[in-house]
Parts: sequence; C-alpha cells; structure tokens
Amino acid sequence: MKLLVPLLSGLLFGLGLCLAGMTDPQKVLAFLDIGSAFGGPGWDPSLALVMGGALAVAFVAFRLAGRGSFAAAPPVLQRIDGRLYAGAAIFGVGWGLVGLCPGPALADLGFGDVRAALFVLAMAAGVRAAHFVLAHARSARLAAEDS
Amino acid sequence: MQIDWAHFTPLSALAGGALIGLAVALLLLREGRILGASGIFAGLAQPRADFDWRLAFLAGLVAAPALAGLLFGVNAPRIAASPNVLIVAGFLVGLGARLGNGCTSGHGICGLARLSKRSLAATATFMAAGFATVFVFRHLLG
Repeated sequence: MKLLVPLLSGLLFGLGLCLAGMTDPQKVLAFLDIGSAFGGPGWDPSLALVMGGALAVAFVAFRLAGRGSFAAAPPVLQRIDGRLYAGAAIFGVGWGLVGLCPGPALADLGFGDVRAALFVLAMAAGVRAAHFVLAHARSARLAAEDS
Repeated sequence: MQIDWAHFTPLSALAGGALIGLAVALLLLREGRILGASGIFAGLAQPRADFDWRLAFLAGLVAAPALAGLLFGVNAPRIAASPNVLIVAGFLVGLGARLGNGCTSGHGICGLARLSKRSLAATATFMAAGFATVFVFRHLLG
C-alpha cells in the first residue's frame, strides 16, 4: 500500500523525537541556552547528539539513494540568497521563543496538548502568510518585467 | 564550559537521533522524498495535489507519543509558554520555515546529510538566531 511508507516514516520520526526528549520544549531550550554553560545549572548538549545520530544514519541513506532498487533523491537546490537567510533567521527567533519547531510541535498534538494545537494553528497561519508574500513578490516582479 | 550532567541524556539522544535518521532513510529510499516537517505540513496548511502521503506521515507522527509511552515510558512534556507567546512563535516558525524552504529536519538533518551548502547556511542561521533569542529572553530581559 502506497501510504504505508509515509505512515511508518512519520511514526519512526515521532518515536525518535519522543525518545530523544525533543518533544519537550524545556529540553530544546536547555540546549539553546548557551549562557547556561557559563554559570548556573550548566548546559544540556543533548540536541547536538540527536542531530549527530540522525545525520550518521541519513548520510548513509543519501549515499544509497538512486542505487539498485532504491529511489533517487530530488536534486539539491543551490540558491543562497536574502530570502533564505531572512526565513531561517525568522524561524530561529520563533524556535527560541518557545522551544518548538514543526516536527516536535506536530508530535505534541499526539499528547493531546492544547498549547501545541495553538502553536500549530499559528504555524499554519505563518505558512499561508509566507505563500501570500511570495505570490505577491512574484507578481510584482513579473509586472516590473512587463513595463 | 559547564555541562548540566543531571539532565544531559547522551544515550537516548543518540538512539532517538538514529530513529529519526531511519525515518529519513525510509521516506527517501522508498519514495524519493525529503523528510522536512515544515514542507510536509505546508502542503496540508495550504492544500495542493499531493495531499494523501502528507496526511499519512502526519498520522504516523501524531500516533507516535502513545506508542512511545508504551515502549519508552515517555511522559507528556510541559509547554510553559503563554498563549500569546505560542501564537507569535508559531507564526514566526511557519513564516520563516516557508521563506527559508525548510526547518530543523529538512535543512538541519536532510540537507546537512547530503552536504548542501544552502542547508548549512540555513542551519547556521537558525541555530544562531535560536541561541541569540534564548540569550536575550533568559539573560538580558529575564
């Protein structure tokens, strides 16, 4: 069945986030609080090891992609511009405010958390705002080229 | 440099990370898709043609905490932020992830794993912004 693979992938992703403690915003904030490394209770580097473990497995997966019966990876995008930096910076500020990024926020819906649901609704509004801004910028650029 | 040894959990962090890596591998090698949580979510927040596989992924993700409770004894986390802060932060996360074409999973894990310079630029930027934001709110204003 075609939907079984994405279902299992989502399940594995969520189990990994839960086991690693990344569904807990306090644990994420304890990593992002670099100031705590210089006094106070100290710094919790766990998130770096989560990324390390994930990267080690994903690195091998991307080497295998496109070989034998494995599907090929989509092309790597190259564009590095102001939009990329601005988007990443806005994202990082939102992430640092609460300690939630999209994956853990969606997983936290599974704990029945009303606050996670509020965050996810606001995230959907942010996505739609981004699409609006990008569509507007595109039509303005086309109009400028026409004139 | 001082480590919070009471809360540092290296083994579960590495094992959880490896599970996340397996989720990436499964979606990539069987479907040829990149596991980017914000990209998958964006296709649901603003529905497009390929709706069904995104919904299946989300269903698996939302089902995970119940299974994690049984397997690992994981408890529900405590989200401390006030409703107003949650709304502002969620909006910024959704807006920024779409403008920057990715988040912690898409750029930070998939992009870095395939040695993408673009993802390295994005990851370095959102990490720096995250560190700076927490520093400002906990140590300058807090």
